[in-house]
Amino acid sequence: MTVKSTSRARKKAAPGVPDPARAGVGAEPELVQLLTPEGERVEHPEFPLTVTPEELRSLYRDLVLVRRFDAEATSLQRQGELGLWASLLGQEAAQVGSGRAMRAGDYAFPTYREHGVAWCRDVDPLNLLGMFRGVNNGGWDPNEKNFHLYTIVIGAQTLHATGYAMGIAKDGADDAVIAYFGDGASSQGDVNEAFTFASVYNSPVVFFCQNNQWAISEPTAVQTRIPLYRRASGFGFPGVRVDGNDVLAVLAVTRWALDHARTGQGPVLVEAFTYRMGAHTTSDDPTRYRQSEETESWKAKDPILRLKAHLEKEGLADEAFFAAVEAESETLGLRVREGVRSMPDPDPTLIFDHVYSEPHPLVDEERAEYEAYAASFEGGEHH
Amino acid sequence: MAGQLSIAKALNGALRKSLESDPKTVLMGEDIGKLGGVFRITDGLQKDFGDDRVIDTPLAESGIVGTAIGLALRGYRPVVEIQFDGFVYPAFDQIVSQLAKMHARALGHVKMPITVRIPYGGGIGAVEHHSESHEAYFAHTAGLRVVSPSNAHDAHWMLRQSIESDDPVVFLEPKRRYWDKGEVGEDPLLPLHAARIVRPGTDATLIAYGPMVKVCQEAAQAAEEDGRRLEVVDLRSLSPVDFATLEESVKRTGRGIVVHEAPVFLGLGAELAARLTERCFYHLEAPILRVGGYHAPYPPSRVEETYLPDLDRVLDAVDRALAF
Ligand SMILES: Cc1ncc(C[n+]2csc(CCOP(=O)(O)OP(=O)(O)O)c2C)c(N)n1
Repeated sequence: MTVKSTSRARKKAAPGVPDPARAGVGAEPELVQLLTPEGERVEHPEFPLTVTPEELRSLYRDLVLVRRFDAEATSLQRQGELGLWASLLGQEAAQVGSGRAMRAGDYAFPTYREHGVAWCRDVDPLNLLGMFRGVNNGGWDPNEKNFHLYTIVIGAQTLHATGYAMGIAKDGADDAVIAYFGDGASSQGDVNEAFTFASVYNSPVVFFCQNNQWAISEPTAVQTRIPLYRRASGFGFPGVRVDGNDVLAVLAVTRWALDHARTGQGPVLVEAFTYRMGAHTTSDDPTRYRQSEETESWKAKDPILRLKAHLEKEGLADEAFFAAVEAESETLGLRVREGVRSMPDPDPTLIFDHVYSEPHPLVDEERAEYEAYAASFEGGEHH
Repeated sequence: MAGQLSIAKALNGALRKSLESDPKTVLMGEDIGKLGGVFRITDGLQKDFGDDRVIDTPLAESGIVGTAIGLALRGYRPVVEIQFDGFVYPAFDQIVSQLAKMHARALGHVKMPITVRIPYGGGIGAVEHHSESHEAYFAHTAGLRVVSPSNAHDAHWMLRQSIESDDPVVFLEPKRRYWDKGEVGEDPLLPLHAARIVRPGTDATLIAYGPMVKVCQEAAQAAEEDGRRLEVVDLRSLSPVDFATLEESVKRTGRGIVVHEAPVFLGLGAELAARLTERCFYHLEAPILRVGGYHAPYPPSRVEETYLPDLDRVLDAVDRALAF
């Protein structure tokens, strides 16, 4: 009977419209959770976590500041200061939880949305805005904070992360790497190649998939017929699905995964089950492809409110604390706003800088041509 | 290193020296370990340096280049082997969008000392996808260096120079010449990006690289019997191009003919012809001509001789140039 109804369902489904229920990707099975949406602390036998009240407050601060930074960037885009912005709204816990699980020697390879991870790595938020403002294509030294440049081509960075992890293993170091990517990226060849390399070389890399349910307009069901964390088993390493809106669960699971990786036990896939509350980027119009009820239902799982409820319930933070974080977020907002507005356009000769490490005659020649051309305007008639 | 060595052996020796001199150098590729690569270029290296330095990879070209990028970020100096020219395309994104641009995107803070070795070109009677010349795709991409040796000495030294370079180098190995022998000297003689006049002449300049250098040398030899003195220049580096050497030669002979296996349309010859015309216009007796492959998929091997420029096609172009 099951078989029959399945096949009937299959026939009924219009071609090209995957059914999320059938794929089992919209359900929430085997979700590791340590903090309920109401802010109740729960235990998970495999992922215990001890956090001090101080740490809890610090996580809360991270979540609030990261959200504030993101909101500020969204506004700045609306005001024409940034060309584009990819908001992390709703994904703060997935990013802060995993970011805070990293140790100093660990290395993160982000997509274009990991502003919260950058925050945890102590990367100046203004660095992240250069690319979106159009003053550079990356623009920071990745080795300074062990946070690689943003990668726009979907999935490409998972291979860089894996190669870096292969290097760590060669060096005999006990560091680990996190490769961030989305549910859409899980379809890319590069991600699957990264799984293969990491698995056969037993590399210390944690594949951290933020399943925010959407790849621009495509639901996860267009990418997979099985829950994503289960992909790992086919490659021969563990996969865990964690409540991506629960910063404590993400912290515990990622810490475990990183330890697993750094102690020579090979890669782990963590699927942080979360939701992109905003548009894909500021160029996107989510009302064309998703229902507002869906977004509403996720609001109830908000990562910040959940931790706040917990702090309040347990009496771990008072009004003064919340007010102080609020004030700090104001200061951050102001710094970001002013920082972006005063970010100068680069000198046009930037084009010719760093094309190669070593001299390249064609670049030198074209730079000289450009400079002569630019100089021909100087000292001439100006209007 | 005295004595006559095949290009294949010269390359093998270069890899061996590089592995010896820098513990951060690692080789990666399909079948490069026990087998020594399908062309045996890495023969014996895994045995001597271990499977940690000479790494057999999964069969995944994007994976090979992409993980090499990660290793380079970690301070390694990967030399990757793409098994055949026609299989580099799955790695194209990693090469042109990631590898080529990483240094610039990091404002110079990271280096990408990666050498991508690719056996390329036809003439060995291979099946589909084993005979392509894709140099123009790579030379068109800023951030990559593209080189191709034509003889054993250059094969050895240009590979060592490529591996020592802090920039990514696409190293194109003329596979039909792998078994050609030549002397490998004790010193490189030239910087990586210098062109070389391999045969002096006065009537026209033949410009070639990789597998076509030999064809041009033979054409020049044959032309001499008709009293024509052709100069042959081995480009060696396709990005950057040593225009000074080309310009000097073409100005002297008044005629230039670019010869490559790749299709003529939008190939490297188009660029060379355009630039040389700009620079040597008043010295030219004839337009810069091009001899190369047709705008057609690389043909089945039974007809590849039709596709590949040979002595006659080169000499025919010489006739046309001299008739102006
Ligand atoms: C190779 C590639 N194809 C298409 C795009 C355009 N694109 C940018 S983001 C995106 C969706 C990615 O979705 P997902 O991996 O789930 O990550 P998310 O943005 O949801 O975090 C697409 C199709 C791209 N950047 N790269």
